[in-house]
Amino acid sequence: MKDKTIGYAFRASLPVMAGYLVLGMGFGVLLHDQGYSWWWAAVMSLLIYAGSLQYLAVDLMAAGAGIITTALMSLVVNFRHLFYGITMLERYKKAGRVRPYLIFALTDETFSLVCQGDLPDGVREKGYYFWVSLFNHCYWIVGSVLGTFVGNILGEHTQGIDFSMTALFVIIFIQQWETAKDHRPALIGLGVSLASLLIFGPDSFLIPGMVGITLALLAMRKFPARKEGE
Amino acid sequence: MPISPIQSWSLILTMALVTAGIRFFPFWVFRKNTPKLVLYLGTVLPGAVMAMLVVYCLKDLDLLGSNHGLPQIISVGVVAVLHKWKHNTLLSILGGTLCNMILLQTIFAV
Repeated sequence: MKDKTIGYAFRASLPVMAGYLVLGMGFGVLLHDQGYSWWWAAVMSLLIYAGSLQYLAVDLMAAGAGIITTALMSLVVNFRHLFYGITMLERYKKAGRVRPYLIFALTDETFSLVCQGDLPDGVREKGYYFWVSLFNHCYWIVGSVLGTFVGNILGEHTQGIDFSMTALFVIIFIQQWETAKDHRPALIGLGVSLASLLIFGPDSFLIPGMVGITLALLAMRKFPARKEGE
Repeated sequence: MPISPIQSWSLILTMALVTAGIRFFPFWVFRKNTPKLVLYLGTVLPGAVMAMLVVYCLKDLDLLGSNHGLPQIISVGVVAVLHKWKHNTLLSILGGTLCNMILLQTIFAV
């Protein structure tokens, strides 16, 4: 059978390409404003590879933050990534020598593309994970470097384009909803996140939200899903 | 540059190490046998986490502000309807994003 892995991974990654180029450029522009040249953006996107943290990094570097503060901020901002590892634990176990890279590159967007199990015939699972991870990483690096060159040339005409990322997550949410037999995890995720957002506010809702989701999912385990048609 | 190159490097490496540490942590801790409870979480988390990411993307909407977050809320609706209708990921993303850009830059422009 013809191997369609790379082409399939590339098509799957297109929405992330749009999102990462735009968000990466946004980061590059901010970093450039602080006097850092293009290769700093490249190094940061290569080594850190975490969108929201890199935006924050610009502030931390501008303010001359200490290492402890920076480490704590990184921990808090990226703590949600623990979830992704737990989800991909079994599937990435068999990935062989690319496994460390797959784990390193497990961002929100990459997770959203690898967490859905079903792949069509002719697409190798391991290869799909690898190419999606690599393509996304490249988009992010390219976007952030471009940002340091173009600066604010594009001006306001790109305002609102970063919505592509939101759209991607909404679509994956819908797809998961349609394939899931049990909708309770999705409802728990939605309900607990919103409640946490209302209580703790936009800057600190993630960690209480994650704790709440985990507890609710563990509690849910005690109540098996009803069978279809009951 | 607001701080020296060495300071910049130290902050960048700190962020890189902590981020990688978080990503590798579950794989280190559960490298031999994964407890049943963790395997269970792995199966139910994706659905819950995707909802959390949607909320995360929309967390800064100011519902009481000048446009009440309407551009994004309408665009999320457009994405959902397009996707239910055609089930074409790229079409849904393009449609929703263009809708959001047009709304923000025209009707809801500040």
